[in-house]
Amino acid sequence: MRTIGLIFRREFAAYFATPLAAVFLAIFLALAGGMTFFVAGFFDRGQADMSGFFLWHPWLYLVLMPAIAMRLWAEERRGGTIELLMTLPVRPWQIVVGKWLAAWAFAGIALVLTMPLWITVNMLGNPDNGVILASYIGSWLMAGSFLAISACISALTKSQVLAFIGSAAVGFIFVMAGFDLVLAGLRSWAPPVVLDVVRSMSFIGNFQRITDGVLEIPSMIFFISLICFALWLNVRAIEVKKAA
Amino acid sequence: MALVETRDLVKKFGALTAVDHISFSVGRGEVVGFLGPNGAGKSTTMKIISGFLEPTSGKAFIAGHDSHADPITARRHLGYLPEGAPAYSDMTVSAFLDFVAGMHGMTRQKSNSRLAELVERVDLAGVWNQRIESLSKGFKRRVGIAQALIHDPDVLILDEPTDGLDPNQKHEMRSLIRSIAADKAIVVSTHILEEVEAICSRAIIIAKGRMLADSTPSELMAHAPGQGSMAVAVETAEPQRIVDLLAKQPGVDNVEITSHVNGTARFLVHSGKTKPSGAEIIRVLAKSDIMVEEVYLERARLDEVFRQITKQIAGA
Repeated sequence: MRTIGLIFRREFAAYFATPLAAVFLAIFLALAGGMTFFVAGFFDRGQADMSGFFLWHPWLYLVLMPAIAMRLWAEERRGGTIELLMTLPVRPWQIVVGKWLAAWAFAGIALVLTMPLWITVNMLGNPDNGVILASYIGSWLMAGSFLAISACISALTKSQVLAFIGSAAVGFIFVMAGFDLVLAGLRSWAPPVVLDVVRSMSFIGNFQRITDGVLEIPSMIFFISLICFALWLNVRAIEVKKAA
Repeated sequence: MALVETRDLVKKFGALTAVDHISFSVGRGEVVGFLGPNGAGKSTTMKIISGFLEPTSGKAFIAGHDSHADPITARRHLGYLPEGAPAYSDMTVSAFLDFVAGMHGMTRQKSNSRLAELVERVDLAGVWNQRIESLSKGFKRRVGIAQALIHDPDVLILDEPTDGLDPNQKHEMRSLIRSIAADKAIVVSTHILEEVEAICSRAIIIAKGRMLADSTPSELMAHAPGQGSMAVAVETAEPQRIVDLLAKQPGVDNVEITSHVNGTARFLVHSGKTKPSGAEIIRVLAKSDIMVEEVYLERARLDEVFRQITKQIAGA
């Protein structure tokens, strides 16, 4: 546990060692706010809820989460520090978990900073705060899924740019898994059960079920399982690179 | 007990065999110089011993622990300086060393007292709160050494610890290595041969992944070409005349002109067991009115041995 804590602290501090953290948080808040107020028409809808805010999260995360996670491993490979880290008395899974937790905590800060919107909604009316809490948790879990996938892809390359593009591409497939864009390619040859599985893995579909306040638990379990699976793949990727 | 041991290490990258059946062991108090041309497999071997790379076959042990089957215990005994002394550039020296100490499971109290000692020894006090990215190459290397020494390991593996340092820094690094050598097993890779003479009790030469020699530097030098020959320097316009004069002396096998620059010719007088002394050479040449500028017994140089040994395999 102590080892994971040390890795976590180092990685978390690394975000704030450069202006990256401030820039990222500013962009996140500007985009999240802009989408809510101008695109989703927060005031025009005349409803005291936050669905116009959460609606955009899959798309925001698609771009912003790879930006957080791309450095996790690629930077270590480029700088050679991976050799230092991997020859300290630490297991690969501890590094994987510590790094992911740091990125996830950073995403958590970004979410916490949107609290003024929640306060505004509560001042304007009587929203269902249970649904809002579930949506926040769901959004954070979805962010964690994007981060785990991106971290895994970052482990495969030295290049942060490649890590970003690869992560965004894989993320896009997950976001769109419930739509024809992805399903049409499968429909012609895959059996219906495969289609159902792919559809059930859609980030938009799962996240919507959480923000709608129905069937939160299975969707949350989906995101948690996906995080675990991606982290396991991350460990495997590192072990395979070691033997190569 | 051997603190470092490799048994038949083999590492293949696709069709390339980077490490080809390397076996050796290093005991406490030994400093082993790992020599070889660039691309010989020095770094790869070190990466395998440290546990960063898995061998294709064979085993590596640190203080008796298999560095792949039992990596955590093995690494607790290991201080490792990877090639290029990588360190987290966005951290300060103190934060970085704290991090490494913590990863070795050292308590805050223990690591603080150890760090205080290391700061003195490695001379890092001036840059303690500076970010690593802002440090010069010499300081970065020292941070790397401090990082490897922090938990006072039994085994040190240093991949080119003096690469890129200026002569003063090289000298400091060598004194540091010598000062800690007595109670540790140290493996140092280098392609600077004077370094091996300066700090190593043993030299292992590898090329193309194969071990070509494993002995003390003086044993290696005994095989050097030119060992025991007399070197002579004379100011002359016609060196061939001097060659003829010296070749006639009893015991001389042949005389070689090694250079002829700015009017000064240098010769190597190769001979069998009975060799002419320096005084004799001076006397013989003086008889023909030739002034000798220098005469000395040629000392074999390790780089000659190195070249000879590594050339054989390059040709093979």
